[in-house]
Amino acid sequence: MTDTRSTDAPMAETRSTDARSTDGLRVDRVSFTRGRRLIIDDVDCTVPVGRVGALLGPNGAGKSTLLHLIAGIERAHAGTARMGDRDLAALRRRDRARVVALAEQEVQDAPSLRVSEVVALGRTPYLGAFAGPSDLDRAVVRRCLEDAGLVELADREYASLSGGERQRVNIARALAQEPELLLLDEPTNHLDVRAQLTMLRLLRELAHGGLTVLAALHDLSLAAGYADHVIVLSNGRVAAAGDPRAVLMPELIRTVWGVEAEVLEHPASGRPLIAYSDVAGERMPQRHAR
Amino acid sequence: MSTTRVGRGLGRESGRGAGELRLETQPLEIVRLETRSPRPGAPGLGTTGSPPPRPARSGIRTGAWAVGLTVLLAASVIVAVTIGPAGLSPSDVWASVLAHLGIGEPTLSPLRDGIVWELRMPRVLSAAAVGAGLALCGAVMQALTRNPLADPYLLGLSSGASVGAVIVIVLGVGLLLPFAAFAGALVALVATLALANAAGAMTPTRTVLAGLAVSAVFGAITSLVIFWSATGDSYREILNWLLGSLAGADWTSVAIAGGAVVLIGIPLLASAKTLDAFAFGDTAAAALGVHVGRSRALLLTGTALLTGALVAVSGAIGFVGLILPHAVRFLVGSRHRALLPLSALAGALFLVWADTGARTLFDPRELPVGILTALIGGPVFALLMLRNRRLT
Repeated sequence: MTDTRSTDAPMAETRSTDARSTDGLRVDRVSFTRGRRLIIDDVDCTVPVGRVGALLGPNGAGKSTLLHLIAGIERAHAGTARMGDRDLAALRRRDRARVVALAEQEVQDAPSLRVSEVVALGRTPYLGAFAGPSDLDRAVVRRCLEDAGLVELADREYASLSGGERQRVNIARALAQEPELLLLDEPTNHLDVRAQLTMLRLLRELAHGGLTVLAALHDLSLAAGYADHVIVLSNGRVAAAGDPRAVLMPELIRTVWGVEAEVLEHPASGRPLIAYSDVAGERMPQRHAR
Repeated sequence: MSTTRVGRGLGRESGRGAGELRLETQPLEIVRLETRSPRPGAPGLGTTGSPPPRPARSGIRTGAWAVGLTVLLAASVIVAVTIGPAGLSPSDVWASVLAHLGIGEPTLSPLRDGIVWELRMPRVLSAAAVGAGLALCGAVMQALTRNPLADPYLLGLSSGASVGAVIVIVLGVGLLLPFAAFAGALVALVATLALANAAGAMTPTRTVLAGLAVSAVFGAITSLVIFWSATGDSYREILNWLLGSLAGADWTSVAIAGGAVVLIGIPLLASAKTLDAFAFGDTAAAALGVHVGRSRALLLTGTALLTGALVAVSGAIGFVGLILPHAVRFLVGSRHRALLPLSALAGALFLVWADTGARTLFDPRELPVGILTALIGGPVFALLMLRNRRLT
């Protein structure tokens, strides 16, 4: 485990100004087994307040599970996840939902709700049994629609939206929980390039406003371009963590993903740009003649 | 769920529903269309195929529907009591009600007063309570199982409740009737969900098929028990339990069905926000702070309890729980704070008239009301199925 844990990413343009918790997300020795399989194995990681953390790793590395454990959807068998000085697992469900929000991957069968109604679901942890949404709840929903750039779509049916729009609605719903920590499970999945960049810009802006963000991502260059801090999972363990430029090295990419890659410097931003060349340790597959 | 969305699109602004259907069947298209600027106010946004803004589903709108349906229901109860032989007028009914509440002087002859107060009023009120309860159950089950085809009848709860009810009646312990019906409903619910789950992922189709199997078995048991024990008109008995009937409803029926609707309806209404949270599935609900397993178990037990009480009164009446929540979603959307109370009102209204039809259409013979509800509900069910092609 080459954890170059850095709480001071040099590239960070998104310094937090108004930190609500002193030191952000701190996952400490978390383990989780499903059946006999160890899915998450003694994971330590941190994301400082007001930063975007990218959770990287091949399929099955345990990214989604780790997010679920932090969000309290499943309970870790060992270890703690803290936000500031609060142990998230020790909070009541409702209280936890006011601290951590999770934007999932897109659901298959979309419910018949309008965009504003979907975002209002984020107020669930603040609602009483019989009372309807208060003026405050409505104001928060309106603000989250604005923050996610959804004002024009507020009255549209959720099911009629494009993939990128739906993802933004999911994020707005999570924001309506007024969380301190926003977790996202592959928010750029199935999006075209513009929608992906838009999504990551949005995450950066949110972090700039003081939110701590941890997003499971697949695209290494995208993660390197936008995240302040990357955490690389491999078989349920942290393979490396820290500043993307320090972490995303060819050796690591070969070990974790089994891919030969060169790490270049982005001509404009100077951030790492990963150029894949081949599957590691195997001969180039025979090309079929067309 | 998306059925109602498409339906609503067609209702409010014609021309959009068709476009939505096309997008739905080609999910790839959705991704390709994502080329719009995300920032508010950016050029192009709101012009490319985006529909004109619709009026907000405000609380006022829901309130208006609630008041309208309540008035309509009260009027329907009075009018329904007048329908049938004896030539009663609404003012006769009103006078009888006031007299029995101790407010006015009795003006009707004892015979006509008996028809109003002892025969028709309890029957109409039972129909209202059963209809309200079934629609509530349907709405709650549809949310919890994320299955637009869920309802107490299709998932076998009603048949299970019938078995419980028939057994205690045969054994002569009528006092246990509601409890036995509840136990039967719960057994059937657990059987259906376990069967659907064992067969793989609990898709709506699989759940309905499991419900069909459970219904068939429990329906057969009900028939067997009646056939084996009954001395007289067992066929009619069997029909009444399997298809549902409110013939013979008395004030005890009103107390059982009405009491159950109030006692269980209130906690169900209090769970509206929890039911909303299930819209995006279990993980999303958990992330919103909902105790998913406990909430689902409690709420489904509540629906089994309510179904038990209703079936004890009326037998297994189908399709009320299925179609009324969909009709109400069409009007006010899917938020349960509006959906649950309005479904209850609409269900009451629907069954009052269905039962009135059942007892008068073929007068003097009486039709089990379930035949009428199935006659209306079957085609609606087919329509739901055709519009939800992804349900398989």
